Formats: sequence, structure tokens, C-alpha cells
Amino acid sequence: MADKNNQILEEVGKSDYKYGFYTDIEMDQAPPGLTEDTVRFISAKKNEPDFMLEFRLKAFRHWQTLQEPAWAHVNYPPINYQSLIYYSAPRKRPKYDSIDEVDPELLETFEKLGIPLEEQKMLAGVAVDAVMDSVSVGSTFKKTLADEGIIFCSFSEALQKHPELIKKHMGTVVPYTDNYFAALNSAVFSDGSFAYIPKGVKCPLELSTYFRINAANTGQFERTLIIAEEGSYVSYMEGCTAPIRDEHQLHAAIVEVIANKDAEVKYSTVQNWWPGDKEGKGGVYNFVTKRGICAGENAKISWTQVETGSAITWKYPSLTLKGDNSTGEFYSVAVTNNRQQADTGTKMIHVGKNTKSTIISKGISGGRSNNSYRGLVKTTRNAENARNFSQCDSLLLGNQCGAHTFPYIDVGNRSSIVEHEATTSKISEDQLFYCLQRGIDMEGAIGLIVNGYAKEVLSKLPMEFAVEAQKLLSISLEGSVG
Amino acid sequence: MLTIKDLTVSINKKQIIKGLNLEVKEGEVHAIMGPNGSGKSTLASVIAGRELFDVDHGEITYMGRDIFELSAETRAREGIFLGFQYPVEIPGVTITNFMRTAINEKRKYLSLDPLTIAEFMELMEEKKKMVDIHSKLTDRSVNEGFSGGEKKKNEIFQMAMLEPRLAILDETDSGLDIDALKVVAHGVNKLRRKDNATIVITHYQRLLDYIVPDYVHVLYDGRIIKSGGKELALHLEEKGYDWVKKATVSTNP
Repeated sequence: MADKNNQILEEVGKSDYKYGFYTDIEMDQAPPGLTEDTVRFISAKKNEPDFMLEFRLKAFRHWQTLQEPAWAHVNYPPINYQSLIYYSAPRKRPKYDSIDEVDPELLETFEKLGIPLEEQKMLAGVAVDAVMDSVSVGSTFKKTLADEGIIFCSFSEALQKHPELIKKHMGTVVPYTDNYFAALNSAVFSDGSFAYIPKGVKCPLELSTYFRINAANTGQFERTLIIAEEGSYVSYMEGCTAPIRDEHQLHAAIVEVIANKDAEVKYSTVQNWWPGDKEGKGGVYNFVTKRGICAGENAKISWTQVETGSAITWKYPSLTLKGDNSTGEFYSVAVTNNRQQADTGTKMIHVGKNTKSTIISKGISGGRSNNSYRGLVKTTRNAENARNFSQCDSLLLGNQCGAHTFPYIDVGNRSSIVEHEATTSKISEDQLFYCLQRGIDMEGAIGLIVNGYAKEVLSKLPMEFAVEAQKLLSISLEGSVG
Repeated sequence: MLTIKDLTVSINKKQIIKGLNLEVKEGEVHAIMGPNGSGKSTLASVIAGRELFDVDHGEITYMGRDIFELSAETRAREGIFLGFQYPVEIPGVTITNFMRTAINEKRKYLSLDPLTIAEFMELMEEKKKMVDIHSKLTDRSVNEGFSGGEKKKNEIFQMAMLEPRLAILDETDSGLDIDALKVVAHGVNKLRRKDNATIVITHYQRLLDYIVPDYVHVLYDGRIIKSGGKELALHLEEKGYDWVKKATVSTNP
């Protein structure tokens, strides 16, 4: 059987990345390389207030003193930071009154990506702030949101219109001194998203942002800041796909989430950056710093992520549970296939009393990929009665892939309870044959089994994201059993 | 419908089936009996398309086609159903979802439109009634945490849903108490039609009290050494397999 199966799977494995294409839009970009001048160029391009330039420069100077970290369980050739382009933007930046005015080629790109900027999506109740190569080109439903006092716009726009909010909150969750990539991002970030939910407001729409890398050799440095004031609620979705590229693309984003007293933020991600070809050539390096803080009592933040793309994923959406009785959740499905490498997990830092956290991580590895969970659960001395439950499962497809778990637990007081469970399993021949015998082909069988395995996490995603994620899981694992 | 000629099968160079002949026609129920290790399950697996085995010699035709030309999933879509001896668990996949996928894959193969959710649910309710299974079972993950009886009932339910032309039940009776056995047998009898056929593989005569076969074959050491009517099963029960071993090898009915 093995031979015939391999043959079938090889065939399937040859299918190309389904979202691989390239949009030719005139670029307005910075020369390659990174100096103080680059930082000034970016800031000037964006007409930024002085405090922003100061922040960038401090970050840049700090970055120069740092070494690129090497502790993650991933391997890649050294990145030449001086050969990257740190800023690119569509040349025309008109204000659109309607979709018709947007560059049709761009719309076509969004179309291929399945990003419904138009009516259907609005009817579905989703406001879209689409980020194309760092600059926002379209926003919908702003009015509905504005009526509630919600601010949802690009980071650049927020800098122009609400500099005081940016100045007050930016860098408070992820300071530029946090790590190498955070410092880099803080120096050169191009754009991103900003959401502000005022006190007591339940955001009536799922806020969603799509990111895309589209200019050759351009690192993309997104910056997202979400602030949920007391008693507010917001569900935020982030999703992305990227076009085929020969050279590695660096993506080093920062996401900061602040939930004040009684506020709740749900942050969902479906990440599908170009993972490189079957030999691991090309593909995105995704080195992201995501962190949230439950700043007040009873605050709640949950991260849900489905990671299927990137050549390398280096990402630990973390939470500081500072307010008493606050809650943190992390639900993750990380898929690696072919030569992909992922080192991902979370940190839950319990500071307040009676804080609770839940970690459900489902790693799926196929091909010759490596998939690592790395997590820290820490309860400080004052975090009385803190509770954590962690479950880290790994599913192996085939016998050339790897799954690794690096859990760190640091308990600082006697009343905390920390639980950790872990399992490793394989898709069995028996399961596959059972499906085949019911008329479901190999691809369908793998999709079904994997989606079943990841169900606990997928069920946490907003409905339409969940459907997309299920499809992605199946597509990502084509040709994964050898 | 199914013709097996001089079939020889081995696994890891060890011969399991050693020249087997069998003819199954529409509307017939065949029972294949035999002691452990005689090759019963191997035969079922080979017909269903499991590729763990090497077919060294012989041929199997199904509906006039060389079965070895068809992949396992194609055979299933063409109407071959295997009720497993040990149904596997598929965590997180509900029976409903599993069956919907299977049925729509089959319909796609037959160039039919997929069933809508409403149509599918209706079909499912009808079949649940037919085979007498608990309605909550279908909301659970496939075989996960099922009792032995539930697993076998689930197999019969799937068989009812997929309406096979040729159903092969591999030791469906093993590990069942008498009530579960009756439910399973009842299901099989209800699904029996003039245009389909069933092969019941069993170790014990017990199941044949409830599913009355047209033919009984005794499989021993990779060959059918005796075939006869339903009374053969009773003789076997009385006299044991040693009796047939000593008897002459008979030809197919």
C-alpha cells in the first residue's frame, strides 16, 4: 500500500499554493537598508507627529545594541537587515468614497484572496479595514462604528486623528525594549490597525483586518493596538495570505491589546503566509510579538489562532493577568508541512488574585516539518488562587516530521494550581482506511481527521472564520502523509 | 455481482489466502465461517481495497469490473461496504458530519448534486428509525468512547445510509450481547433487497439464527473447504470445525 499511497500523495503534494499571485502596483518605497535616515524617511512619509519619530529613533538605537535571538527551535540562514526595504506604499493615496474608485487590479487581488470588501461582507456584519502593503486603502462600516464611539482605522490614520491615544498606550504592553524584533518593528513599522472601544460599548461588528505582503523584498512591519475600555467588548479578526516569492520575506509585527476592568477582547487570527515551496525555498519569516494585558478586574482576553503558513513561525501571543479575577485564554492550531518550522505558544503571567488561564494548543506536523510548542505559565507571589490549565497535543502525519513541547512553569505562591496535559498521536492507517472505505478520498480523509482533532480550537473562532480555517487546514496538509 | 477466482493473497510473504473461489449473486446472503486465522478478515479487506496485502494470483470481478483497477474509495462509491470488526475512533468528527461527507462524495462521483442539510437530516432520521439506533449517537464523534455494541450499531447505521450493493460484515457479531446482536441482525435483514448482496463473516453460528443465509462457506487455512445451505452452519455448531477439516473439499454452490 505504501508505494501507491506515496504516489498519490506526491501528486497531491505537487499542487501549488492556492493563493500565490502577485499584484503589480506602482510602489513608493524606501531605498534598501536600515539607518536613522530610513527611520526618518518613514516617519516623514507618514507625516507623523514628533513624539512618534522620537519613539522610532529610540527604538532604532536600542535595536542596534541587540543581537538576533537564537533560542527558538528553528533554523534559517542569517537575515541581512541592510538588504531589506523597510517602506513601500501604493503611490496613489486617494480617499475613496466608494469601492468603484479603488484600483481595479487591487480589488481583483482582494477578490482572489476571498476578501469580500463589498456588500456581502457588510451584510454579514463585518467591517473590513484592508491593509495592502502597509497602507490602508479601504474601510467599511466606519459610520456604524463611529455612532457607537468606536474608533477602528489604520494605525497611520489614528496617529493623525487620535495622537493622544497612541501616545498614551503604544508600547505599554510591548515596549520597544522587549525583544529584537519588537525593537525593529518599533523603529520601522509602516502601518497597521487601531481599535478603540469606549467604556461600556459592546462592539456590534466583528472587526477584521487582512494583511498582505506584496512588494518584492519588503519586510512588513505591522503594528496593531486595541484598547477596550471598562465594560466594553470587541471581537477582532486578523487573517492573511501572501503571494509567491523567491526570497524570504520578513514579517515582524507587534500586536498590543489592553482590556480594562470588566472588558473583554477576543482576538482571532488565521495566518496563511506563503510557506515556501516543498523544499522550503521562499516563504515568509513570521516573527511576531503579540501581547495583551488584562489591566483591570474581571477583564478577559482570548487569543485564538490558526497558523498554517510561513516558512518559519516564531510567535507567542501572551497575556499579563494583572487585574484580580481576570481571565486569559489561548487556543491555537499550528500546522506545519513540507519544510515549515513553527515555534509557537503563549505566556500567561498571573499577577492578580484569582486569575484564570486556559491554554489549548494543537500542533499538527506533516512532511519534514518541525512543530514546537513553547509556553510559560507564571504565577507571581501575589497571584493568590491563580489557576491554569494547559493542554498541548501534537498530531504527527507521516514519520519524517517532528513535534516538540517546551513547557515552562514558574509558580510563585502556594495557592496556585497549574495543570499541564500533553499527548502525541499519529493519524493511523486504520483511520485513513476507514474513511476511504466510506468513499472519502485520501485528501478528504486527512482534512476530516485533522479538523476533528482541531475542533476544540476551531469552535472558538467566529463562524465565518471557522469555515475558512477548516478549508485552510485541509489545503495546508495536502501531501503531508508520506 | 462478485466473482472471486483462484485468489491467493499474502502479507509479508506469508500466504494467507491460498486459492479461493466464490461467487455472490444479487439478492443473496452468504455466510463465511471459519476458525481464527483462517483468512476471513483478510478476504474482507482485500475486497474492500486495503493495500496491506499482496495479491499474488487470481482475480476478483465486481459488477463486471476488475476490482483491482479500482481504488478503495472508488469501490466504496461503487457500492461496496465493509462493516469493520474493529471500527476506529475519529475524535472530533461527528457521525453526522462523517456520513454527510461520505454521502456527498459518493453523490459527486455519481454526478449527483450534494444533499442539502435538510435533505440529509431527513434521510438520517429515516435510517435511524430503520435500524433502531439511538438518536443522540449521531451527534457523537465517530466511535469515540462507544461501547462494543454502539460501534457495531454505528456500522449498521452507516450501511443503511450508504445503501451498498455489496455489504461485507466482518465479525459484526463479535463482542455483542444478545440484544445488540438482534439490533444488528434486524438492521441487516431490513436492508436486504433483491438487488443487493451481503457477505456475513462470522466465527459463531449464533448470528445466523437471526440472519438467515442462502449459502454457508467454511473457510479453513485460506481455502473454502466446504459450502452448503444454511443447515451447514448448524452442523458446524454441533460437530466443530474438525468435522469439516476431515470432510472433502467441496466446490462452490
